[in-house]
Amino acid sequence: MQRQVALIKQSLFDQGYLDEQFMELEELQDDANPNFVEEVSALYFKDSARLINNIDQALERGSFDFNRLDSYMHQFKGSSTSIGASKVKAECTKFREYCRAGNAEGCLRTFQQLKKEHSTLRKKLEHYFQLARQAGPKETARRPK
Amino acid sequence: MTREELPNLAESKLTALVVDDNFVNQSIHQKLLARLGITNEVVCNGKEAVDAHCSGRNYDLILMDMDMPIMNGIQATKRLREMGIESKIAGVTTRANEGEKKEFMEAGLNDFQEKPLTISKLLSILHKFDFYVQT
Repeated sequence: MQRQVALIKQSLFDQGYLDEQFMELEELQDDANPNFVEEVSALYFKDSARLINNIDQALERGSFDFNRLDSYMHQFKGSSTSIGASKVKAECTKFREYCRAGNAEGCLRTFQQLKKEHSTLRKKLEHYFQLARQAGPKETARRPK
Repeated sequence: MTREELPNLAESKLTALVVDDNFVNQSIHQKLLARLGITNEVVCNGKEAVDAHCSGRNYDLILMDMDMPIMNGIQATKRLREMGIESKIAGVTTRANEGEKKEFMEAGLNDFQEKPLTISKLLSILHKFDFYVQT
């Protein structure tokens, strides 16, 4: 089972969902906080769901306040960077570029892609953490090759 | 640096304040500090950081985010320096263009690190402030 957990984690890096920052967080886990990464991830998905909702509402109103949208996305990008959510971060960057260009269509298109990446990452991490818990605390902080 | 090689600075009795409006970053920064044995507290914006000092609290190190509601990191850093606070303040932000960095440094920072903060970056901050000497 631990091998399965390792393979799943490796695939998350190979497919570009996660980057080095995720490993940095795993290195912080200790006996006092054996589930630190899972807890931070849960915090991230809770916070980012709020931001997605804010952006959805702002876009639905039809009036593109690019400054406000950029501000929301700045927060979203910050959180995504902090947990190593690489693909989500990339979509955040694209969205912000469209904001700066005043490109509403680009924003809408990118936001749909961002929500997809976010949802995919959440499912994959939930699966990973579930298996990691079943496997026990051994399989952490080993850098993927 | 492996987990086993991380310094434990608990004997130094260092204290730190994390100033950041993002809960994910708060959690990570607090954990980074705790892993090194540094007692820490967290506030959500610059005004709360200023208020903490007005109430008599003091810290060896302040990790200051730049973009925060109510009072941002630049305003808070200026205010703290005007109050005579001499704590070491490290700006920690995703904004890294030279102009923004310069403005933040000129507000009164002692150091600046780009997010995401990592153990290596935190040790670099501590080393710069002579809180940690590499052996």
